[in-house]
Amino acid sequence: MKRKEDEKLIDKKGLRLDGRRLDEIRPIKIEVGFLEKANGSAYVEWGKNKILVAVYGPREVHPRHLTLTHRALFRCRYHMAPFSTEERKHPAPSRREVELSKVIRSALEPVVFTELYPRTGVDAFIEVLESDGGTRCAGITATSLALVDAGIPLKGLVAACAAGKIDGEVVLDLDGIEDQKGEADLPVAIAPRRNEVTLLQMDGIFSYDEFKKALGLAVEGCKRIHDMQKEALRRKYTIVKEENGMIDEEV
Amino acid sequence: MPYLVKKRQLVIPGELIAEGDYKSGKNTYREEDRVYASLIGLANYVGRNVFVVAIKTCYMPTVSDLVIGKVIDMKLSGWTVDINAPYNAMLFTSEFFDRSFDSRRDRMTDFLDIGDMVLAQVIAFDRTRDPLLTMRESGLRKITQGRVIEMTPAKIPRIIGREGSMVNMLKRETGCQITIGQNGLVLVSGKNPELEDLAILAINTIERDAHTLGLTDKISKLLKREKKERGLNVEAKRR
Repeated sequence: MKRKEDEKLIDKKGLRLDGRRLDEIRPIKIEVGFLEKANGSAYVEWGKNKILVAVYGPREVHPRHLTLTHRALFRCRYHMAPFSTEERKHPAPSRREVELSKVIRSALEPVVFTELYPRTGVDAFIEVLESDGGTRCAGITATSLALVDAGIPLKGLVAACAAGKIDGEVVLDLDGIEDQKGEADLPVAIAPRRNEVTLLQMDGIFSYDEFKKALGLAVEGCKRIHDMQKEALRRKYTIVKEENGMIDEEV
Repeated sequence: MPYLVKKRQLVIPGELIAEGDYKSGKNTYREEDRVYASLIGLANYVGRNVFVVAIKTCYMPTVSDLVIGKVIDMKLSGWTVDINAPYNAMLFTSEFFDRSFDSRRDRMTDFLDIGDMVLAQVIAFDRTRDPLLTMRESGLRKITQGRVIEMTPAKIPRIIGREGSMVNMLKRETGCQITIGQNGLVLVSGKNPELEDLAILAINTIERDAHTLGLTDKISKLLKREKKERGLNVEAKRR
């Protein structure tokens, strides 16, 4: 991880420190239904990030006074394990974690049919076990899968991916070191079904043209992530079709 | 416009099922003239009515459902019952007794205490109020013996089978009494624990293989084989 100050983030061949091309996403492993006791869960390994998400609900809201009479209350808790960072992180929620909990909730809420379950709550717990840049995007990606696994009605999935600027080049999916030493970071979440942007943050400085390029690249990344999400769900729920089963009984 | 998916195809939330003049049924939603899935499950349609059979759902109470619940709290006028739904149900004393409840003479804990399991029926539920239960119908009672197992409510129709074919076969082969709550809880009560084990094995297998073909025959064979291996004889143990 140590590098000299003058070392470049992109080498002469146009490859990044971990050998990726500029528009390449880190290797991703997604598993749905990871936990037995949660209503829904997902585990994502995104490069060196390891994130576990558990979803509970719809269930009674505690504390009771937060209950909404017309729709379900959707809550997210983003938390980094003390051992997830290089220096031990204090386990209490930091300002950053409170903010990320909020943006993750805002990124997912537009696709959840909360109005179907009035007076209830849906809780998502996003636990970062190892972090290396881009945990909010990985968290959003995993949470949307955990919601599907919990059987909560959704308008569609949400996929997230960041773009950024390192050594003056616009690149896709920054890792930890690129995030720290790079010039800008642009996490984006989209609901691919309607092509809506549900999260757009920017840290650093882009010129207008760079911003447009970065946004386009991030959206392209989200679409690739979306394909991986669908594949992960299909893998989990591959089932044998049946001629005379429960389906006919439902009719 | 034809349907865009085949019958019984696995669909993911947000997947387009049909475009054109179609009606959006269970677990789907409509946007302009397109119908999309809102849950993961198997897409299906009857005529112009499009719906998705969910793989996993939470139980939403419906009036007249038979449910198995656990008493979790007591109030002055009744018990609060956890029925494995997003809402806790209320069982009023007036729905427990055929006679009126006399608070000077009767003690509620003599009839149902916290932790007791009940077999009850839903008599009222809507979006604004919690479900109400009754135990005044025939067959509804406090559960005093047997084992309760939990499964996803989406698979309950599979345990019952066509016109009860699956559950009748289970009862016949294991000699156990099996009571199915629509809320995903199943009560198994047999002459001895070994037979209950057998029934639970079968039910767990049904839940796991809910979507395979000819499941009733498979389970029947499984039970016969297991009975031989475990040396159980249902007929001899009866009565």
